[in-house]
Amino acid sequence: MKAYLPIAVAVALFAAVPFLTASNVVLNFLVMALLIALAGQGWNLLGGYGGQYSFGHAAFFGTGAYVTAILQVRYGVNAWLGLVIGVAAGALVGAAIGALSFRSGLKGSYFSLVTLAFAEVLRITASVAPITGAGVGTLIKLDLRPEAFQFQSRAPFYWIALGLVGASLIVVRAIERSRFGAYLVAVRENENAAKALGVDVFMVKLGAMTISAAITAAAGCFYAQYFLFLDAAIAYGPWISIDALLAPIVGGAGMLFGPLIGALVIKTLGEATKLVTGGAPGLDLVIYGVVLVAVVGLAPRGIAGLLSGWTPRQFRPGSSADQNHG
Amino acid sequence: MVEALLRIENISKRFGGLRAVDEVSFDVMPGRITALIGPNGAGKTTLFSIVSGFLRPDDGRIIYGGIDVTGEPPHRLARRGIARTFQIVQPFAGLTVRENIAVGCHLSRRHRADALAAAGDIARAIDLGAQLERPAAALTVAGRKRLELARALAIGPKLLLLDEVLAGLNPSEIRDIVPAIRDIARRGVTILMVEHVMQAVMSLAAHVFVLAEGRIIAEGSPQQVAADRRVIEAYLGHGAASRMTAGAGHG
Amino acid sequence: MLSPVILVPAVLNGLMTGAVYALIALGLTLIYGVLHIINFAHGALLTAAMFAAFFAYTLLGIDPYLAAVFLTPLFFLFGYALQRFIIGPAAHGEDRNFLLVTLGLAIVIENTLLYAFRGDTRTINLPYAFDTIEVGTAFLAVPRVIAFVAVIAVAVALWAIMQWTDTGKAIRAVAKEKLGAELSGIDVAHIYAVTFGLGTACVAVAACLLIPTYYVNPTAGDAFVLIAFTIVVLGGMGSIVGALIGGLFVGVVESLSSVFLGESLGQIGIFVMFIAMLLVRPSGLFGERA
Repeated sequence: MKAYLPIAVAVALFAAVPFLTASNVVLNFLVMALLIALAGQGWNLLGGYGGQYSFGHAAFFGTGAYVTAILQVRYGVNAWLGLVIGVAAGALVGAAIGALSFRSGLKGSYFSLVTLAFAEVLRITASVAPITGAGVGTLIKLDLRPEAFQFQSRAPFYWIALGLVGASLIVVRAIERSRFGAYLVAVRENENAAKALGVDVFMVKLGAMTISAAITAAAGCFYAQYFLFLDAAIAYGPWISIDALLAPIVGGAGMLFGPLIGALVIKTLGEATKLVTGGAPGLDLVIYGVVLVAVVGLAPRGIAGLLSGWTPRQFRPGSSADQNHG
Repeated sequence: MVEALLRIENISKRFGGLRAVDEVSFDVMPGRITALIGPNGAGKTTLFSIVSGFLRPDDGRIIYGGIDVTGEPPHRLARRGIARTFQIVQPFAGLTVRENIAVGCHLSRRHRADALAAAGDIARAIDLGAQLERPAAALTVAGRKRLELARALAIGPKLLLLDEVLAGLNPSEIRDIVPAIRDIARRGVTILMVEHVMQAVMSLAAHVFVLAEGRIIAEGSPQQVAADRRVIEAYLGHGAASRMTAGAGHG
Repeated sequence: MLSPVILVPAVLNGLMTGAVYALIALGLTLIYGVLHIINFAHGALLTAAMFAAFFAYTLLGIDPYLAAVFLTPLFFLFGYALQRFIIGPAAHGEDRNFLLVTLGLAIVIENTLLYAFRGDTRTINLPYAFDTIEVGTAFLAVPRVIAFVAVIAVAVALWAIMQWTDTGKAIRAVAKEKLGAELSGIDVAHIYAVTFGLGTACVAVAACLLIPTYYVNPTAGDAFVLIAFTIVVLGGMGSIVGALIGGLFVGVVESLSSVFLGESLGQIGIFVMFIAMLLVRPSGLFGERA
């Protein structure tokens, strides 16, 4: 159980924030950061741990968001149930795309391209399909009751987002310490060698993609509840595909807290840029692009990678040394 | 009559117009070391890739332990007990030696802790104990070869395919690793090795098959094969055997 | 509907549109064939070139076809510098890193354009943009005819460079066998940069050819690049012939399907074809194995 201690500590620290400040600005900022962190947790499992770089994680985010929104708006389904179904739908889409792509043996750039294409197909379909409200979008009715997964103040939203992130951290940690996790990392490092050691590479990739999609879909469902409005560009747009990969890469791909650290850093950069330049569109994304190139070029293991250079091996998460104590 | 552990039956494989493997058949008997030798381009690695499931043969069958396993994917063959090393070593570069070997140990162990512990035992048995926590990328060539061996052993194979495991090692490194290979065979693992280093073949192999231009041209004990004129010609060219005997006559 | 009076112009128009697609795809496939990376910044570079051509006309009064003369070498140098000093060093030679770095560059370029010029859509008004040439029963727009001819010229020029110049031979050597080329003394980093520069030069020419009849905004290049990706996968990653034939083919298919099916299904259709190609035969009709 020692292995999960850092997660408990981190969650506890974050949970204390609403007691220290009533500022909506701060809470809003942190909610967005947690949202990106959650989406990034999903990406990180497939990309950081598994080595398969998806450029279309919007496909899962948007599916989660739309499924829960449409179920509420058109079929009167309870919002919490919508979350569960949305996550399941995201997982299903992930499994489908994964099955098609990995069956065909797509890897590397080809895999990235095909995920990009799938996300775009979904975006265009959503922008014309009547069920999503086409160009007008989908609006969830305001219904400020906890049973409807809507709250008067920010704090409950914050804690739920934190809870979701915490859950994803536990899931990833559990995978890190499991056979599936060992196989996943082996697939990332060398597929052929993994096959020769009895690893069913297809199933491992498919499993990772499905769980990855489910986690990112949860972020989409949460987005729908928090903002109550969706359209194709929001749900399936490149912005979330980029954020979902940027956070883990900056924070540390293949590391447990990578997405969380990365999300905080990029959101901070984004807000700082907006303050300095007064909100002209585009500049914050320019900074994101520069950061991406800089991280890949100068600190490929991300911020967590830099930090772990200073931590003794014992305390590094996921290291074989700590297995003997775990 | 002991059953062959591995039976290669009429295996053929073409690449474009080239017949890399041409109706090759042979048996590998259990419990001993069998060598597959032949000049470069003879088709040895192609054959290995077929036996380990990385390539599908155009014709023929692979019978392992009495079961037809032709066309099964590598991970299934690994689970049946066929392990292989690669000619160009393929470590999991970003992982430690222990984590590398543990991937193999996981075949029969669910728990991370068990696999990591078992990896330690295997590493120590093959003299890699001191390197356990080092990243695989930091090993020397000889170290990486041992890691290849250790990883393959980790899945608990009945049949071990060694693809030029001695390539790139200097004579003292070869002297160090040959006993390790003999040791593995003594523990009951059947070994089929492709090798160019003749001294190792002579000292390790109980039986040798010679492959040239995709066909088996000779077989027998290492001594028999070394004296076979067809083998000499395959390596040194047409007429070489006669030239050698003629030269021996004068010398 | 199937009468030649409608079909012939549709096919001819498709060929002319396809020629420009082919040129963009050519740049992409050249970069892939030599560096073995998919250049995610290709669309952004096209957009940047389109803005350059736009401003050359609106601010300096230079006709786009004339602007191509100085924009092409300019963008060649830009592409060269990008690969030599940013992409190459940042990627440390790993495929995954190339993906991320070119993606990062695409984000930087597009959003710099967005920040500098806002998201408005702009067009230029060339006096002869609507002149037509009569070919049989078809009236072909002058800019599109010029575009078709120009693409052929560029393709021939590229072929000549590859066949006859030392640099071209070096490029082919590196594409075929990087280590061997390196050992023969070829400066691989330089060749990579030259190739990237050539690919960028292709989009510069394409931009000048598009500007007379097409609009420009910060995401204009993306639509074309997706089509270029489809063509490259269809024609084969790394195959110049494949890019040309694929481009013409896609242009004709697009033209005919908008005659029969209307515009809206077009975009999804292209993506679906793209996905299908990737899943079924990623090496394309002419290209190397995936």
